[in-house]
Amino acid sequence: MPTKIEKDSVTGRETTGHEWDGLKELNTPLPRWWLYLFYATIVFAVVWMILYPALPVTGLHGVTGWTARGAIGPELEAERAKQEPMLARLRAATPAAIAADPELRNFALAGGRIAFANNCAACHGAGGQGAAGGFPTLADDDWLYGGSFEDIHFTITHGVRNGEDPEARGIAMPRFLADGILKPDQVGDVTDYVLSLSGQAADAAAAGRGEALFAENCVACHGEKGEGNREMGAPRLSDQVWLYGGDRASVLRSVSFAHAGVMPAWGKRLDPAIINMLTVYVHALGGGE
Amino acid sequence: MAVAAHADPTAGDAPAGEFTIIEAPLRAFAVATIFWGVVGFLMGVVIASQLTWPLLNLDLEWTTFGRLRPVHTSAVIFAFGGNALLCTSLYVVQRTCRARLFGGEDMGWFLFWGYQFFIVAAALGYVLGVTQSKEYAEPEWYVDLWLTVVWVAYLVAFGGTILRRQEPHIYVANWFYLAFIITIAMLHIVNNLALPVGGGTGKSYVVWTGVQDAMIQWWYGHNAVGFFLTAGFLGMMYYFIPKQADRPVYSYRLSIIHFWSLIFLYIWAGPHHLHYTALPDWTQTLGMVFSVMLWMPSWGGMINGLMTLSGAWDKLRTNPALRFSVTAVGFYAMATFEGPVMSIKAVNSLSHYTDWTIGHVHSGALGWNGFITFGAMYYLFPKLWKKAGLYSEKLVSWHFWLATLGIVLYITSMWVSGIMQGLMWRAYDELGFLQYSFVETVAAMHPYYAIRMLGGLLYLTGALLMAYNLWMTVRSTALAETAPQPAFAPAPAE
Repeated sequence: MPTKIEKDSVTGRETTGHEWDGLKELNTPLPRWWLYLFYATIVFAVVWMILYPALPVTGLHGVTGWTARGAIGPELEAERAKQEPMLARLRAATPAAIAADPELRNFALAGGRIAFANNCAACHGAGGQGAAGGFPTLADDDWLYGGSFEDIHFTITHGVRNGEDPEARGIAMPRFLADGILKPDQVGDVTDYVLSLSGQAADAAAAGRGEALFAENCVACHGEKGEGNREMGAPRLSDQVWLYGGDRASVLRSVSFAHAGVMPAWGKRLDPAIINMLTVYVHALGGGE
Repeated sequence: MAVAAHADPTAGDAPAGEFTIIEAPLRAFAVATIFWGVVGFLMGVVIASQLTWPLLNLDLEWTTFGRLRPVHTSAVIFAFGGNALLCTSLYVVQRTCRARLFGGEDMGWFLFWGYQFFIVAAALGYVLGVTQSKEYAEPEWYVDLWLTVVWVAYLVAFGGTILRRQEPHIYVANWFYLAFIITIAMLHIVNNLALPVGGGTGKSYVVWTGVQDAMIQWWYGHNAVGFFLTAGFLGMMYYFIPKQADRPVYSYRLSIIHFWSLIFLYIWAGPHHLHYTALPDWTQTLGMVFSVMLWMPSWGGMINGLMTLSGAWDKLRTNPALRFSVTAVGFYAMATFEGPVMSIKAVNSLSHYTDWTIGHVHSGALGWNGFITFGAMYYLFPKLWKKAGLYSEKLVSWHFWLATLGIVLYITSMWVSGIMQGLMWRAYDELGFLQYSFVETVAAMHPYYAIRMLGGLLYLTGALLMAYNLWMTVRSTALAETAPQPAFAPAPAE
């Protein structure tokens, strides 16, 4: 049917002679630059497919023999080889010895910083400042399990109450209210006594009643004057540092339902050299003993 | 040949020898396009704010980023883009085929309500946590099945209209629309093959597993970009730019070559989303070289869009709606160059998983899909509501500059943030340790997240101006055309 070929006055091109709803098309040839660039990309594609694996045929790798695995393996190996002499020395030395050797210490602090940032900071904060809800501050001198090189190394290696490492730190505190060990009013009395240990305002009568209950139920772990026990990981109750909050409501909740913070056993996940570096780094955060 | 041989006898008040197209459902689609556009852009601003200030997750499961992000992506791609494509394709196919919609007005209304139901059901599911966890294909099986029904009806309506056309040839816009409809049907069905389990929970398991699932997912995901957001919107471009410029399409031959090369090459490019993963090396190579070859076929559409304006560039000064359409082609050209570059493995090793990808997607989505749709809607609203023009050309100008500034802020902030992020991830210190922890890279991106949010806010503001402008256009009695919209002039009898 068509065809009413017209000449476009602007471009001088002819139309194809078709028309749809008033729309027409010019019969302009393909732009040369477009066509040659298209050819160029096709040539590139063919060459690339010869050089690199491009066909689902076993054993056909492309003439360069390149594979993704083959490329990354040596690269990682080379990086590891560069660090290996230092890492070997770090594995062989104790954290205390590392800290005493300026060269090793410098290396350990650099590696410990990034290992801490990628593994520990999510709970303990970017600078070891801790976080509310039971994530202890590592940048002070108040330690649940001890702040010596050996203590820190042990805690990092075995973790806390994780159920995956039999040597993990910490025992579980009883849930005095939830498990029916104490009655509600007794829990209140113990709470007031605990508050009085750190010199906080407390109901004297209640605290007086609570003293006996505390001696019966709490001293085994937290000590006679609430001084805490690192063997058990029982926090000191006589200072102003609180893992789960030191106001009356928080302490009441802790006595009633207990807490059992967990930390992974990093010894199962990280190279011993990295554990040593982490130990030196955490020890240097502010409170190493 | 008699022109109106197939014209619907119920065509109403059209004079003899002319016929009107079915427009009522198209008006609904046009309104839905604007509505979902505003919703989608708003959700984008919300989740961009959440990334900047995590407090805005509100600690409620329904309002967390993880649930609102698919609401944003589905709202802009499938609700805004989908309604725009349905609206324009059914308008264009009727006019360029000189045939009323196959299935009539009832078909139009079924498609409209069927599609809106799909959108609402999908979005409700996301907020309530019902998802099959496939990106851009999150809805569960029952929503997928419903969409399949609607989509097949769409194919029947569109294809049927082409079959009853009264033009000897099929206009280029319809090739692109048809390729979009057919390919999306195929992608949707294959990617969503799943086995429902667990009765009332709606849970299902996709039949594909492991790396094959990843490959099928990105074959789908990439071609959702290729056929939904590229081919479909090129159909829009091929009608509305020549219409607004009142010029013939630059090159018929180019349109043929770039159409076939585009749809042949696009379908292979998906593996570039899975570079340096467990996907076999040969598949990754194919994904890369096919992406590189896509550069010129993509640019064929850019050439045909821009060169169609030769002899009509002055219209850009007087027609702000055309400014949208032409700038859209510019962003299209930029995004379709950036895409092949990012598919090259060496570049991808830096760009992958970073904000650069987010910026790339948005230069396409905001610049190309958004702007070409705005241009089409500014053209269509007066046509569909029989108005002599728009309520305010000045507001169109304001919309244009706000949105353009918004895009520039968005893209540049994501380039800086993405490239910085990639470089920080791979930085080693002199002792061989990683220089930055992941958290440090996140902290470094914070200012750029704020800039991105601001860009989105500008884009949303522009869209609100458009909604107001179009609303006033529809309401205006002063703009009403006294004479009925000119239907087709009868073609000369052969």
